[in-house]
Amino acid sequence: MFPIKGEAALVLAVVFGFAFGWLLHRGKVTSYNVIVNQFRFRDFTVLKVMMTAIIVGGVGVLILKDVGLAKLHIRDANMLGTIVGAAIFGVGMVLYGYCPGTGVAAVATGSVHALVGVLGMLIGAVLYAFSFSWVKANILSVWALGKVTLPQLWGVSPWVLYGALAVGAGLLFYWVEKQKI
Amino acid sequence: MANQSQTKAASGQPSRWTPYLVGVGIGVLSWIVFVVVANPIGITTSIGQIAGGVMSPIIGSEAVSTNSYWKTNVMKLDYGTLFLIGTFLGALASSLISRTFVIETIPTVWLERFGPSKAKRYSAAIVGGALAMYGARMAGGCTSGNGISQGLQLAAVGWTFLMVMFTSGLITAAIVFRTGQTK
Repeated sequence: MFPIKGEAALVLAVVFGFAFGWLLHRGKVTSYNVIVNQFRFRDFTVLKVMMTAIIVGGVGVLILKDVGLAKLHIRDANMLGTIVGAAIFGVGMVLYGYCPGTGVAAVATGSVHALVGVLGMLIGAVLYAFSFSWVKANILSVWALGKVTLPQLWGVSPWVLYGALAVGAGLLFYWVEKQKI
Repeated sequence: MANQSQTKAASGQPSRWTPYLVGVGIGVLSWIVFVVVANPIGITTSIGQIAGGVMSPIIGSEAVSTNSYWKTNVMKLDYGTLFLIGTFLGALASSLISRTFVIETIPTVWLERFGPSKAKRYSAAIVGGALAMYGARMAGGCTSGNGISQGLQLAAVGWTFLMVMFTSGLITAAIVFRTGQTK
């Protein structure tokens, strides 16, 4: 029965995307102020949403994998590309005030500057396509570890890592809530 | 619709949910997409494809189809593109239903630091959007596809992205919003 492919999956894509966009807006991460203030430690909404999603999503997906209902979808760890790309991304996210997903969602809530940034995203994508051959040969191929997970790299159980993440996130959020940020 | 340069204070509005509940929602949505469509949440792959479609009338479809990136990333109404459209529609519906849809040209945090110039804000949005997209493609995904979807699987790529992206963002914010600067 699962996974569903073909046209039914395309209908579900809109449904699941709709749920995602709805959640982003309800969670206030379609707001420039909320995202930028995370990077200034004045608002912890972004980390609260992301860490909760990662822990709840991760534990559930691992259980679903263990009972045979889901497969993992690990992407290649091209470490140099990931490090350089993420560093560029961090600069872009603060200047834009959105990441690509929240930017598109913010346009739908009336943000004109988010729409202008979508034009920027298209420019960035075009520049990437034009430079892709060079990037692939000179950056993506460096320190390429393949589809590897942290439990594999470190030789620990994923449950230990989820446990550590939950404790770490719990302590952070306890402190953050006491500061009311 | 009033042209408002300031965002409404959204906290305390019943239309907004606690971030923990939203995080649980995205987590549960991840369970569903892993099982039902075997297609983790992601955004930027489809934007990369759409860029090829946009460029087609400008540089010619031949130049697009022979490009090493667009050759394998063709614009089409596939799962990722429809998910992106769904994301837009979901945020639109939520903001309209909750009556929080508001035209925003300059957000308050930007206004306090850089003043009311639209040219300044839009320039930063274009440059920032371009950098975010370029970086996301090089890193193999954005906050959604890499940070959340790879992060929740404890993938090395996801956590490397999260750590470096956050550090880079902190440094950038410290520079951009440093105090004692005039507008």
